[in-house]
Amino acid sequence: MSVAIRFSAADFEPAVAGDQLQTSSRPSLSYWQDSWRRLKQNRRTVGSLWAVIALGVLTVAGPWAWPVDPAVQDVDQISQAPAWPSSALIVPAYTPWAGITATPTRAGEVVANLRLAEPGSTQAVRLVWEPVAGAAGYVVYRSVYDTAPDRALGLPIGEVLGGDRVSFEDRLDLEPRGYWYSVVVVDENRAEQEAYAVLAVDLVRTVSAEEATLRGWVEEGAALALGDRIELPYHPLGTDYLGRDMLARLLYGARVSLFIGVVAPLLFVLVGVVWGSAAGFMGGRIDQLLMRIADFVIALPFLLFMILFKIAFGIGPGESGVFPMLVALVLLGWPSTARLVRGQILQVRQEGYIAASQLLGARTGYLVFRHMIPQTMGVILVTLTFAVPSAIFTEAFLSFIGMGVAPPTPSWGSMANEGIRTMLSHPHELLFPAVIISVTVLAFNLLGDGLRDALDVRMRGRE
Amino acid sequence: MLTYTLKRVLQGIVTVWFIATATFIAMHAVPGDPLANQRATNEQIRQNLEQRYGLDRPVTEQYVVFLGGILRGDFGISFTQENRRVNDIIRESFPVSATLGILAIVFAAFGGVLMGALTALFRDRVPDLVIMFLVILGISVPSFVVAALSQLTLVDINTWLGFSLLPVAGWGTLRHMIVPSMVLGLGTMAYLTRLMRSSMLEITSADFIRTARAKGLPPSRIFLKHQLRNAVLPVVTVLGPAIAAITTGGFVVELVFAIPGLGRYFVEAVQQLDYTVIMGTTVFYGGFLVSMVIVVDLLYGWIDPRVRLE
Repeated sequence: MSVAIRFSAADFEPAVAGDQLQTSSRPSLSYWQDSWRRLKQNRRTVGSLWAVIALGVLTVAGPWAWPVDPAVQDVDQISQAPAWPSSALIVPAYTPWAGITATPTRAGEVVANLRLAEPGSTQAVRLVWEPVAGAAGYVVYRSVYDTAPDRALGLPIGEVLGGDRVSFEDRLDLEPRGYWYSVVVVDENRAEQEAYAVLAVDLVRTVSAEEATLRGWVEEGAALALGDRIELPYHPLGTDYLGRDMLARLLYGARVSLFIGVVAPLLFVLVGVVWGSAAGFMGGRIDQLLMRIADFVIALPFLLFMILFKIAFGIGPGESGVFPMLVALVLLGWPSTARLVRGQILQVRQEGYIAASQLLGARTGYLVFRHMIPQTMGVILVTLTFAVPSAIFTEAFLSFIGMGVAPPTPSWGSMANEGIRTMLSHPHELLFPAVIISVTVLAFNLLGDGLRDALDVRMRGRE
Repeated sequence: MLTYTLKRVLQGIVTVWFIATATFIAMHAVPGDPLANQRATNEQIRQNLEQRYGLDRPVTEQYVVFLGGILRGDFGISFTQENRRVNDIIRESFPVSATLGILAIVFAAFGGVLMGALTALFRDRVPDLVIMFLVILGISVPSFVVAALSQLTLVDINTWLGFSLLPVAGWGTLRHMIVPSMVLGLGTMAYLTRLMRSSMLEITSADFIRTARAKGLPPSRIFLKHQLRNAVLPVVTVLGPAIAAITTGGFVVELVFAIPGLGRYFVEAVQQLDYTVIMGTTVFYGGFLVSMVIVVDLLYGWIDPRVRLE
């Protein structure tokens, strides 16, 4: 990099003794200050650091800012995709319907004039049609897809037998959406005829005043007139297959997933640091013994033993299973850190300044805390950052195969697992947990990359 | 070399013994009744079942029997699938898992080397940025999500085409294997791409590359003969851990794609608490991984004599 420097005549005046004899070109920076300076220069790292902070804030403050119980089921809005708040129309309470009978006056094979007896609502859909001469009965099909000529008719939801009944009432699990009803004629042998009539129906959500009170949508004793609209509980990110609020579950799941993802690495890195520095510092027989143990634990197939330990600890009734997972992660995770720290300590012990410090009379404790641990701190920090995504992955993996936290405790992994079952019809149930797992893992990975570069001693002092 | 080999094999045997012991202890610490899933309706049936599975003997004797079984290569009978030997389950399902794993490793290694070389060749240009973005995705997205999404995409493609281009699930022909092995190898491929990229960039500034350029070699020859060959070396050294990662990653892929591999049997056995199958599979997997590590170590020792001295 070339810098244009402009000189003036004053610059060439002889210096006066005692006046600014020596000035350093840049302020002296400690290792951590220098690392921090380099870290701030990397935009990706700064971005990921902000993302990690945001995740932390979300985890701590989220359930408080969105105080919806993640275990409460909203049975009226099951597998609801993210949408604007929905409302319901107040209608009179349901009254039974006798139906309509008519004698056929018309020849023909196709049901004619299929229509609604009254406007369709989620309370009931009442179909009426003109009778067909010679029909022994009718079968009614309902589909949520358009029944184009080559498509299926959907589910048979009812049979009307006896040729004179020409009406059908559908009350089965109606949702505020479009339905396609098909009516097919059957003969005496109950064989369905080829031809059928189709009616597309668009339903609005309706509820009676009593029912609205019963479900807690309005306060008891609130004045409700027919035709009023009332707001339903709002789910900004929709609901899952049991009607639980996705946002609330994601926020509570963050507490579980990030708790495991952050606390477990903290603990096993701590164990690893103690173990590794003990081995590296004491050396000899103890070193041999400690590292042999670490070697054995490292040889255990990680995920298999995570699963084994999870079953061995067991989950009692009412427990979430977070603690056994934490213990299993710590039990299996520490050896790699121990190896790393031991290697670092052995390397640092060879350094000249350690010998110099010893010559000056430094005690062991001073050497360890003043020289060795600060020297290895960078490596430890980087290990810790990279351990977080792998712990989150492990939790997600275990929850995915059903060995993770026990329901109804939400975790991102178990949410993704549940979402996969309904991914064809309701992709949002898989997408949200999957995206948040990926974003978290990505943020920690990028942060780790940046930290590794920033804390690298060889990079020290570079721009 | 012989001493080194013997030493590594001996270490491996001790490690497998340790794995077997840890498995035995973990499984005997499992709360609950191992025969709870069985039809142990009365005392006589329970006694017969206990006798059959050797549960009536003291724990130490069970341990000896278990170790003896491992030495003879016999892992016992399944708890939940009557009269089915664990050996038979392994014999049937392990080749499936191994095929899947080998394909995944081949895909990951070739893909990783190729993509890494491309990124280094087009440094800071569009192909580099695109591939590195995909690599970051590959590292950050959990494998079961990738598996599920690829299945969804496959369904859409097959629907759009009107015939089954590649099957969505199952096992049998090569067409069944393509998508699962790609999904399984994706994470490792992303990792290898990153490694390959940095090792390529390091070599670009090496002296011998400058020399080659100075003496007027064509760029393609420099790239293939000097750069690529040297950059691949560090990639080869991480293939050992990659095998372990792919073996266990296979669980998820086998579950999602309904592949009758060992991983799926293991997960099913865990869900049904099938003690003998869990213990047998764990020891088998452990032994397999340990022997893989030894083979890779011996290869290193053969390539780089300095390793043997450690």
